[in-house]
Amino acid sequence: MKRFLLFLPLLIALVVGIVLFAGIGKDPTRLESALVGKPVPEFILKDLHNPETMLDQSLFQGQVTLLNVWGTWCPACKDEHDDLMWLAEEKGVNIIGLNYKDNREDALVWLDRLGDPYRKTIYDPRGTLGFDLGVYGAPETFVIDANGMVRFRHVGVVNETVWEQTLLPVINDVQGNG
Amino acid sequence: MVRIIFLVLALLLPGVAAADVADVYDFSDRAQEQRYQNLIAELRCPKCQNQNIADSNAPISKDMRAVVYRMMKDGASNEEIIESLVGRFGEFVRYKPELDSRTFLLWATPAIAVFGGLLVVAGVVIRSRRAGPESPALSAEEKARVDKMLADEDKPS
Repeated sequence: MKRFLLFLPLLIALVVGIVLFAGIGKDPTRLESALVGKPVPEFILKDLHNPETMLDQSLFQGQVTLLNVWGTWCPACKDEHDDLMWLAEEKGVNIIGLNYKDNREDALVWLDRLGDPYRKTIYDPRGTLGFDLGVYGAPETFVIDANGMVRFRHVGVVNETVWEQTLLPVINDVQGNG
Repeated sequence: MVRIIFLVLALLLPGVAAADVADVYDFSDRAQEQRYQNLIAELRCPKCQNQNIADSNAPISKDMRAVVYRMMKDGASNEEIIESLVGRFGEFVRYKPELDSRTFLLWATPAIAVFGGLLVVAGVVIRSRRAGPESPALSAEEKARVDKMLADEDKPS
């Protein structure tokens, strides 16, 4: 019994060490979306390009979509824009934009100057859909399956590495199942 | 004329005061305001992760405060308000997580620590009680030595 007690500190140190080691390298700012496995929230918002056209959640029916949340006030969105253009033009990815807490004039100038990778852009100046999606920092990119279900959320910039290592596997998986 | 100036100043003043804080909400009574303060103090900001939404100036916290206020006005219960935010932002926004299989250890740790401490204290007490009468701090031989040493000390050298 006494002998065993001598090893107790070592045992405790080992357990604590293993628990703490498991946390190393995890990025605490990456949160899994609460919407994974749930449908895209209901919304009725204007189209950025045609203010008379109303868009709703049926936009996501029929094919796998990337929903990219962006705003002209967001510097990182500018960083990823070329990569989104590349995805849309070279890879033929179906991307829907969510213009988040922005104003129409700035957004249109931005798309005019940098190119428009989006099949459609939802105009959400008050951030209501963004809030329902749990968006806490642009840019964010959601993978949405052909039934309008949220399957994945990536927080941060999309680039070639993120596309190949993170988004593409999820999309392949979604297409395989759907 | 003076009256008009006072009137204008009186009208301007609330605007100045309101500009100081991020957002100003009206409450029907103190209890409601306290309830709002408690709610925003236990909700965590997803952007600035070690702050609650009461302290955070992040735009998302502002939006979350607005939703808490609006839902309160609409008569939602605390549970409903928290659930609706958890449904959007995940369990992460709770500073007080629900008790379930994943958070069990988290909640149980204080109890386990106290219980463990009590066990140790009880062990020490029981052992010293048991050992007490049979083995005094010094054996007879040691006691004799101590007495001798003390007696030597008293002698003037």
